[in-house]
Amino acid sequence: MTDMKKPVLNDMLLLFIFSAVILLMPFWLEPFGAAYPDLLQKFAIYGIFAIGFNILLGLTGYLSFGHAAFLGVGSYAAVWSFKLLTMNVLPAVLFGVLFAGALAAIIGFLSLRRSGIYFSILTLAFAQMSYNLAYSVLTPITNGETGLQLDRSDPRILDRMFSEGEPAAGLPSTDLFGVTMSGYPGFYFCAVILIVCFFISIRIFRSPFGLMLKGIKSNQNRMQYTGLNTRPYMQTAFIISGMFAGLAGSLLAVTDPLAGAERMQWTASGEVVLMTILGGVGTLIGPILGAALIKYFENIFSSFNDTVLEQAFSFLPESVLDVVVPLMGLFVGSGWQLTLGLLFMVVVIFLPGGLVEGFNRIFKFIRSGKKRKGLVEPTQDQASE
Amino acid sequence: MGDLVLHLDGISKSFGGLSALSNVNLHVEEGTTHAIIGPNGAGKSTLLNVCIGRLKPDSGRVMFDGQELTGKQPHEIAQIGVARVFQTPEIFQEMSLLENVMLPAFAHRDGSFRFNANKLLSKQGEIRDEAEHILEDVGLKDQMMMEGGSLSRGDKRRLELGMCLILHPRLLLLDEPTAGMARHDTNQTIDLLKKIKSRGMTKVIIEHDMHVVFSLADKVSVLARGQIIADGNPDEVREDPKVKEAYLGGTQ
Repeated sequence: MTDMKKPVLNDMLLLFIFSAVILLMPFWLEPFGAAYPDLLQKFAIYGIFAIGFNILLGLTGYLSFGHAAFLGVGSYAAVWSFKLLTMNVLPAVLFGVLFAGALAAIIGFLSLRRSGIYFSILTLAFAQMSYNLAYSVLTPITNGETGLQLDRSDPRILDRMFSEGEPAAGLPSTDLFGVTMSGYPGFYFCAVILIVCFFISIRIFRSPFGLMLKGIKSNQNRMQYTGLNTRPYMQTAFIISGMFAGLAGSLLAVTDPLAGAERMQWTASGEVVLMTILGGVGTLIGPILGAALIKYFENIFSSFNDTVLEQAFSFLPESVLDVVVPLMGLFVGSGWQLTLGLLFMVVVIFLPGGLVEGFNRIFKFIRSGKKRKGLVEPTQDQASE
Repeated sequence: MGDLVLHLDGISKSFGGLSALSNVNLHVEEGTTHAIIGPNGAGKSTLLNVCIGRLKPDSGRVMFDGQELTGKQPHEIAQIGVARVFQTPEIFQEMSLLENVMLPAFAHRDGSFRFNANKLLSKQGEIRDEAEHILEDVGLKDQMMMEGGSLSRGDKRRLELGMCLILHPRLLLLDEPTAGMARHDTNQTIDLLKKIKSRGMTKVIIEHDMHVVFSLADKVSVLARGQIIADGNPDEVREDPKVKEAYLGGTQ
């Protein structure tokens, strides 16, 4: 917890390693069967979502159960930007962030009057309200159950202004100054934004502002009797966190220009809570780790079926195979959530600090083993947060 | 002695049917150490809670240096220059001692809110130097990288005192600063408070330990059953028959 002794250089090193790991994902994820753009995009996007969520939960300790609302608003704003203005992704991302920030300002203003479980319930209520509104009253904006989609007849004012030629036959695709934002270019766009977000998150964690947010989590009484007004601090943290969610929502629309109300449902809010806790609340890389793991489970683990299992266990004798495969089958394929649930329980019970705490323990164990053999000099504790 | 700095004017406060304070008048002069003593349940902590805005009095006014404090938010009162050490130390358990003291230093420099997310803590040399200096004053500099929660109760109290001192308060309220301390720690705390006294800060101390009161206080007020029953310098108060009655018998 004592951030002071970590020099700035260490953070830059962390950022550099992080960037390398993210940008090289297409290569090192190959053996895990996860190196395809659609999934890599999701890793990056939900990583951003979780980073933002962690700024609120990890620093201030306020558990929001309504962050899906900001994800959804970001998506809708982005798709409208594609429909009305241009297929360029930059305005879409900008509008996604702004609208989510505005909604977060309102919801935060109302919800932050309470703390603890009451705050969580209020945010949940506002998010469910947004979800139901998107389905009913706001249908002209959200296109209800069908979801907001692109159409050939969309105005796209800016695009029409600059291109004289007749519109292409199919639906246009999102682009960044001519580069189509699908497949690997889409992933690299999201990856660069993720790295920027990670950098912002490091800076917030290491700033006086971040110290104030930690103070709110630690002792609100002391904050007030020290002369600090906690409300604007929490409100700012909530808005920043909502903007990250809006950014993630707009990127979902960038990689697949479609926005539906189900993105705002409470299950999406719950998912980001799971990601953050699984990876490690209040740590820098934990939430991204959790997001990637959950998305990996959802996409890869769920596609395992009995045939795959039979191949994996083909070294076993037939009689054992007949028992093992159906048994294991419960945990893969459509049963992937069972495995995830078990993993989550193990983490929460044995590693309250999430996977990051697990890695730290392993790291320390290895190092203390080396120290006993006198192989390395005792160094200052610099567990990778 | 100088001007009045804290002035309580007819403060009353009751909880349900129970009257905790009734028509309390208290005058604290600038630069003095004013002790408030009294038996358990006399309303001493309630009085401090009214001063710092934690409780709203039913009637009466709290004036500090010509400004009315009644009705103000706790953080506003703190920014005006009133700091408080609590009976059970209110510190940031999960942070290092250095961070515990740096945080109030930011509050003192930047006011009640400032969005300085683009700055790095590690580049705030001035604040850090000041924090280390204060930690040295309260005798905790060697442990400054330890977590607040790992300290003993006496050390937590000293840390909290440091957190208040770095705010450069004009009035420091201390709620039983030596409660539950061993004699050695108590003497250390008295020495520390004497050291602050030489800086000319006004202090109000609530205390049970008469040893502490008579080694520190310039003025003593005695609170019993929600009323000030005696006021004056320590020797006068010690001899006052009403005070003896309140402490020794005087059930009503």
